[in-house]
Amino acid sequence: MNDLSVITKISVASMIKARVTVTLKNGVLDPQGKAIEHALDGLGFSGVGSVRQGKVFDLELEGTDKAKAEADLKAMCDKLLANTVIENYSVTIT
Amino acid sequence: MKSAVVVLPGLNRDRDMIAALTKIGGKPPLTIWQTDTEIPDVDLIVIPGGFSYGDYLRCGAIAARMPVMRAVAEKAAKGVMVIGVCNGFQILVEAGMLPGALMRNASLKFVCREVKLQVANANTAFTRSYSAGQIIRCPVAHHDGNYFADPETLARLEGEGQVVFRYAEGTNPNGSINDIAGIMNEGGNVLGLMPHPENLIEHAHGGSDGRGLFESVLGEQSRILTEA
Repeated sequence: MNDLSVITKISVASMIKARVTVTLKNGVLDPQGKAIEHALDGLGFSGVGSVRQGKVFDLELEGTDKAKAEADLKAMCDKLLANTVIENYSVTIT
Repeated sequence: MKSAVVVLPGLNRDRDMIAALTKIGGKPPLTIWQTDTEIPDVDLIVIPGGFSYGDYLRCGAIAARMPVMRAVAEKAAKGVMVIGVCNGFQILVEAGMLPGALMRNASLKFVCREVKLQVANANTAFTRSYSAGQIIRCPVAHHDGNYFADPETLARLEGEGQVVFRYAEGTNPNGSINDIAGIMNEGGNVLGLMPHPENLIEHAHGGSDGRGLFESVLGEQSRILTEA
């Protein structure tokens, strides 16, 4: 094991990985989801009741404090990652 | 009347806006760059259209969080007039300076054509050169102009006369709720609209219906300067 791999392992150990999922709120029209729904139907996937398109962000955060990471991630969502007028978000720390 | 135009990477209607303000206002506006944290003493700030920061994340989302927008918000709070056109409207909404959101067009297509606009409120600093209910021609060019607001916000906008422009005669190009094309804030000094009045101000454009907005804002003086 050389020095570089040791450094890599330390840095990985002190990182928190998180996934932020942003979806449209109920009642907000999603024309892209509708188009995908129609395309699926066209491919023969019958019985698709509805499709709603969203976004996924995978983040790596420095540190090991998961509670702080979660609070920071929620602040990031409120300030930038989601438009809370039309979108909901959820945060998962992995 | 001193005006300024915000210039950000990816905006592409800034020169059209500068030309319109110069021709109708009689002198060129100042330009403000993305990193400027202080804006000189002006009466009007215009955020033009385009694709700031490549429309990454959401249209206007990155621009709305640049330092210059904090400075614009401070000026607006002091009563300085602010106009956002197209991407400028998206930026104002993302910055929370106007309510609601601008979503992908219902057709999912980029629309680039002329629409009819109804002046829904002619009793504003932005529309006083028009008459109430007047129908004007105006070009649009956008992919995300589908205005949305929750029912309470919408009721407030409608009730307080904050809907300034509406798409008229079945020309709604994007599925906007209540045919909304442009709204202003409660204070009546911040306007956002998707259509491009700066692109219909002279004979060479094929019409001048967009002039009224600039004449309203720039005042009587501009009308004398631009008689012809």
